[in-house]
Amino acid sequence: MTDITELGIAAIRDGVASGDFTAVEVAEAFNANVAAASALNAFIVETPEIAISMAKAVDDDRAAGKDLGKMAGVPIGMKDLFCTDGTQTTAASNILGGFIPQYESTVSANLWKAGAGMLGKLNLDQFAMGSSNETSAFGNVISPWRIGGGNNAPLAPGGSSGGSSTAVSARLCPAATGTDTGGSIRQPAAFTGITGIKPTYGRCSRWGVVAFASSLDQAGPMAHDVRDCAIMLESMAGFDPKDTTSLDLPVPNWQAALNSDLKGKKVGVPREYRMEGTDQDILDSWDQGIAWLKDAGAEIVDISLPHTKYALPAYYIIAPAEASSNLSRYDGVRYGMREVPEGANLQDMYAATRSAGFGAEVKRRIMIGTYVLSAGFYDAYYTQAQKVRTLISQDFKAAFQQCDVILAPTTPTASFPLNDKNKDPLSMYLNDVFAVPASMAGLPAMSVPCGLNKDGLPLGLQIIGNMLDEQSVLNAGLAIEERAGFTARPDKWW
Amino acid sequence: MSVDKETVTKIASLARIAISDDEANALVPELNNILGWVDQLGEVDVSGVEPMTAVIPNELRMREDIINADPLTGGGVRDKILANAPDAEDGFFAVPKVIE
Repeated sequence: MTDITELGIAAIRDGVASGDFTAVEVAEAFNANVAAASALNAFIVETPEIAISMAKAVDDDRAAGKDLGKMAGVPIGMKDLFCTDGTQTTAASNILGGFIPQYESTVSANLWKAGAGMLGKLNLDQFAMGSSNETSAFGNVISPWRIGGGNNAPLAPGGSSGGSSTAVSARLCPAATGTDTGGSIRQPAAFTGITGIKPTYGRCSRWGVVAFASSLDQAGPMAHDVRDCAIMLESMAGFDPKDTTSLDLPVPNWQAALNSDLKGKKVGVPREYRMEGTDQDILDSWDQGIAWLKDAGAEIVDISLPHTKYALPAYYIIAPAEASSNLSRYDGVRYGMREVPEGANLQDMYAATRSAGFGAEVKRRIMIGTYVLSAGFYDAYYTQAQKVRTLISQDFKAAFQQCDVILAPTTPTASFPLNDKNKDPLSMYLNDVFAVPASMAGLPAMSVPCGLNKDGLPLGLQIIGNMLDEQSVLNAGLAIEERAGFTARPDKWW
Repeated sequence: MSVDKETVTKIASLARIAISDDEANALVPELNNILGWVDQLGEVDVSGVEPMTAVIPNELRMREDIINADPLTGGGVRDKILANAPDAEDGFFAVPKVIE
């Protein structure tokens, strides 16, 4: 029999439905891989018993002849930003140490309803703030990839969904949830040779997801291929009255409509994305991607997104501003950590708790957010950034008059060694330069693995689509996937 | 624009984060590095541009005026709300003395 942990969502679901193996066998196989991979530090909490009991429920349903969900029997990893009823949820921060949600996030509830099971809670950058998974209070996640040739330096799995990318890439789970505020699904997917999509803002409910920057936060799937992403996104998305920004629209059947024939489609190539500091291997992969999409029947058009270079600085005003407001709820009163120095009053307790509970990067962003929102600076920073955001969005609107999807690199570099960039926040931020513009405009965007660089590390290509047009994004992603034939995987060393 | 140590200390106080003198000193160049970089936004001509507050125009919905229409966001769950409190007494959150 094939090793079940080699399979993706569709193959596992179909295998369970047809009785090739039971859901419990699947859960046991992945539980074993999770238990053997502590060196990767991908999980904050492992939940093997929950995985088994959820699998057993699927097996019972099948035995009883009940209809099975879209992800029946597929155990997944849950980024530890989604509140899970009865299972610790920390956002990788000490300030939420020991927090046991008394309710389930809408996205995770939707997945369980579709028959998925939970292998555990995945590590991430603290409050999803980071691009290398080095800001977690629970230690770094290590990428399963290595440069090789005796160079065993631990590499970054990307961030903030670094536990998710590592776990899928190392086959600890067939798929995982991610969240993307400014690239946190796409960049880690690119770093680890997997596929991930951030849908249009509002497709997935934010209810029960620990908030970072509410106007940007959006959940999405991370999996082995485009089809699996389509299936999982269908299971996660949907209208939720509990989230005021949830889109009251039906969820399309993306998987059934997948079509890699791009005849009659136009693919935009934004000239402003040819930036200094981008690796030659990345630029080559971009050219290769253009050739693949031509081969799939698409017409390539040169487009301009003039405000591209301002997206990242505008993001680093807007996201910290929203974070400083969102994270004001951590006060040591209602949940999580409390620090009360001897003789402290209430204000002292707030300050001591937040000082002890937040990590350095989180504090840095709260401070920036507080500053740009403070009296006298609000207009110069925050209002200006919001206006630039309008211009970025208008750039995309104009571009989609000329094309159906946009092709760009996901990242300016491949994965880098841990400790390489974490001393210089700005150089870390710049790794999201290609990912952030789509986030600022709320557009669907995905990363698909396209090949390896000269060091043998995976590279990703990014497809950005128009508002609500996940289908075109997935279709172009599929066209690349079919032509890239990406089968490379990390050698098991853990 | 740039910040000095005094400003950093004031921001930390506004953000309710206790920082030591050393931390304040370290934050000054870090924040200035980031603020110096975002200053480039000032060169963008934004005359006549409205600030973006939502990426998708979404009307704010009103829910039906029914108590506990969705039990997940309804009331009557005091014990659940207090379940994670660092200190809860007699059905309330307990905090250090506020009034001298």
